[in-house]
Amino acid sequence: MNINKNIAVSDSGFVFNPTTGESYTVNPIGVEIIEMLKQEKSINEINQVLIGRYNADIVTIDKDVSDFINLLKLYSLIENQNAA
Amino acid sequence: MRPKIKIGVTGLNAIDNPGPGVAVIRGLLEASSFEASIIGLAYESLEPGIYMHDIVDRTYQIPYPTSGTDLLLERLTYIHEKESLDVIIPNFDAELFSFIKLEPKLKKMGINMFMPTLDQFEERLKVNLPKFGKKYNINVPKSESIYSVADFRKHKDDFEWPIVVKGKHYDAKIAYNKDQLQTHFNKISAKWGLPIIIQEFKHGSEFNVTGVGDGNGNTLSAVPMRKQYITEIGKAWGGIAITDSKLLDLTHHFIKETKWRGAFELELMKNKDGKFYLLEINPRIPAWVYLAVGVGQNIPELIVNLALGNEVEPITTFKAGKMFIRYSWEMIVDIEEFEKISTTGEL
Repeated sequence: MNINKNIAVSDSGFVFNPTTGESYTVNPIGVEIIEMLKQEKSINEINQVLIGRYNADIVTIDKDVSDFINLLKLYSLIENQNAA
Repeated sequence: MRPKIKIGVTGLNAIDNPGPGVAVIRGLLEASSFEASIIGLAYESLEPGIYMHDIVDRTYQIPYPTSGTDLLLERLTYIHEKESLDVIIPNFDAELFSFIKLEPKLKKMGINMFMPTLDQFEERLKVNLPKFGKKYNINVPKSESIYSVADFRKHKDDFEWPIVVKGKHYDAKIAYNKDQLQTHFNKISAKWGLPIIIQEFKHGSEFNVTGVGDGNGNTLSAVPMRKQYITEIGKAWGGIAITDSKLLDLTHHFIKETKWRGAFELELMKNKDGKFYLLEINPRIPAWVYLAVGVGQNIPELIVNLALGNEVEPITTFKAGKMFIRYSWEMIVDIEEFEKISTTGEL
């Protein structure tokens, strides 16, 4: 999975794509996920980190992370999704 | 020590459909390679730039392009005698033809410009855009020139509603049906003449690129911008510099293939598949050029140096993520100033 490395994410959750000029806001967990994607972590690795941090079951976390990644794809912030 | 350069600038109409003059002047005053002194060249006595004495030293009225090049040359000769202009930067679409025609004569007088050639100017006219796209392998929306609404009947099977109705120099409105086409046709043709261009409507986001070509196919400057805030008449009131490589490649391709000489603005639409369509080429500096200056590419400065035959280096980088946000501002002006420019044509 390739997240555009140029994407700027601030601590406040402001996401800026310098290629398109578009900007978005995400919540703190969204920031965490984007940072982990930038570190080239797989979805499984991201799920495991979030399970360790938040009080939620794997099914819920997996669904929420997948939904979020699909949104990133929709907005062309991720080029493709091939990691498990 | 920086040389002092006296520069005539048109397009001082910093209004809701702004001319580029004031933004061009701001760039010139920030130039590092020379010290600019600005002579405003205005058509109307209410162009705001006339009264901006902190950036414009003196303003002269010049005749409308419809008066012909002889009258313009006569007036410019008078202004040159008084001011000794080094360079003129024309900024209005409607006047560019006259200035391009006068370029050799002005050069002899010592007034320098760096303009597109007449062929380049005519080839990119809105009426010639389909041919232009084909020749240079650039995607353009389907368009046709019409001289009456009845003419549209011949092309109606080639278009789907809505369509864009455009004047040959300015103005573009969207028509969703034949009645609206008639209304827009009448309004735009009354103001800008015939033909009217009807263009396929492309859904998507609007992008612009401004830059400079050296006339030999090389890019000296290129800054892409995404419109963020668009007024009712389609003008960018806010925009952001972006780094889209497809846009920059398209710009380099345009400059290389046309051997573009001078400043330009490309107006583009990106559809949902990420494909860019070239809607218009403006053969001049755009009103939002101060964004380019603000991100590190001083296009007005480049144009002056090119006009003077100075050596220039291509500017290849800029700071993406910088935005411009326009605002309106009231100046308080003494009636005597308005009287002076209205009666003597000078201020």
